[in-house]
Amino acid sequence: MMQGLDYLKETPSQTAGPYVHIGLTPNALGNPGIYPQDLGLSPIREGARGERIIITGRVIDGAGMVLRDALFETWQADADGIYPGNDPRGAADPNVTGWARVAADFDTGIWRLETVKPGRVPFPDGRLMAPHINVWLVARGINLGLQTRICFEDEGAANAECPVLARIEHKARIQTLMAKRTGPGEYGFDFKLQGENETVFFDI
Amino acid sequence: MTLSNATDRGPLFFRDRDWHPPAYTPGYKTSMTRAPHRALVALGSTLSEETGPAFGHDMLGELDNNLVMNFTGQPAIGERIIMHGRVLDETGRGVPHVLVEIWQANAGGRYRHKKDGYLAPLDPNFGGCGRTLTGPDGSYEFLTIRPGAYPWPNHVNNWRPMHIHISVFGTGFGQRLITQMYFEGDPLIAKCPIVNTIGQDRAIQALVAPLDMNRAIPMDCLAYKFDIVLRGRRQSFFENRKEGM
Repeated sequence: MMQGLDYLKETPSQTAGPYVHIGLTPNALGNPGIYPQDLGLSPIREGARGERIIITGRVIDGAGMVLRDALFETWQADADGIYPGNDPRGAADPNVTGWARVAADFDTGIWRLETVKPGRVPFPDGRLMAPHINVWLVARGINLGLQTRICFEDEGAANAECPVLARIEHKARIQTLMAKRTGPGEYGFDFKLQGENETVFFDI
Repeated sequence: MTLSNATDRGPLFFRDRDWHPPAYTPGYKTSMTRAPHRALVALGSTLSEETGPAFGHDMLGELDNNLVMNFTGQPAIGERIIMHGRVLDETGRGVPHVLVEIWQANAGGRYRHKKDGYLAPLDPNFGGCGRTLTGPDGSYEFLTIRPGAYPWPNHVNNWRPMHIHISVFGTGFGQRLITQMYFEGDPLIAKCPIVNTIGQDRAIQALVAPLDMNRAIPMDCLAYKFDIVLRGRRQSFFENRKEGM
């Protein structure tokens, strides 16, 4: 008998369910008194370098309904393309934490993220990826957190060179990852979970 | 914060999506309109998934991992339990200093959430959330009360087994995971459409915490042990070099 590969198996995922806010954003839910404040309120602090941007949008299901129980987290580099924390290339802007937890509004389903536009980060082979914000999205009905990226429609040259976007075989789908400029420093981005114009989700 | 050792930065092991529940699981009705129809775009991990947020002890309050006491300072009603275990990666190494958050219903199966209209009452002394950081060996511990089962509108008479929701971070954003812990011996586990989104029985068993009498405290509380395994990381630094492409 040959030797076994003694790796463990990853713990299987389960849906975050309808009450995810109790655990992850209790103050926003209206359950104050346990934690002084919710985690991930902002991915930046005052003084962060780079272009300040506001992205707003919705999460929409396959029947066209706007989710009001969706929650997602974002992870991004600073304006120079360096990640806070364990980036092997060095230290990031100290005013960029890079991580945010964003919940859809309980009544309208609209979410809002205020941050700085991230710089370009190299792909493992050294080519630069387009500026992007990594997203991990959970909600009732989603069995395993969905991974996607928010890119920017006004980064045409960088988008054209991006090795990740190049992996998307159906070129018409690339636009589902593009935040659309709606004003100075303002972008709109809807996550479409299913159906027409379905957002590209990754297995990374 | 300090950089942990270099193996905390390597590429992520690929996720076994036949082990995880698939997106589209009609027995769990909400998944039907929230599951992508198109194939996922597959890719090896990049710095964007291999890096991730770090959390410090300075953000934790003294009672953050004590759900029995952390809402009003008065004890919650229910079966007192210790929930403990380790956060490991697929190579079996403990994952130190990562954030573990939990949330749950009270002993009657009622959540402190404005959208939960179940007729079982709220416990005025139970908030239902806790958080902690893993120790140097990846270990974590909560004191809480065992949550009750509760009904939910899926099929006409569906009841969730007793469960605690768990959110865990690794050292890379691509390891991010949310799951649910179930309790040894609960007959509702086998009947639950959410549990049964998972196809392999061995994977379901990985979510069931055994009673751990060794960690129970006599005349105080019982204990359940639940280890959490995150995606592993490769340790080779020779792959992905430009000349190799």
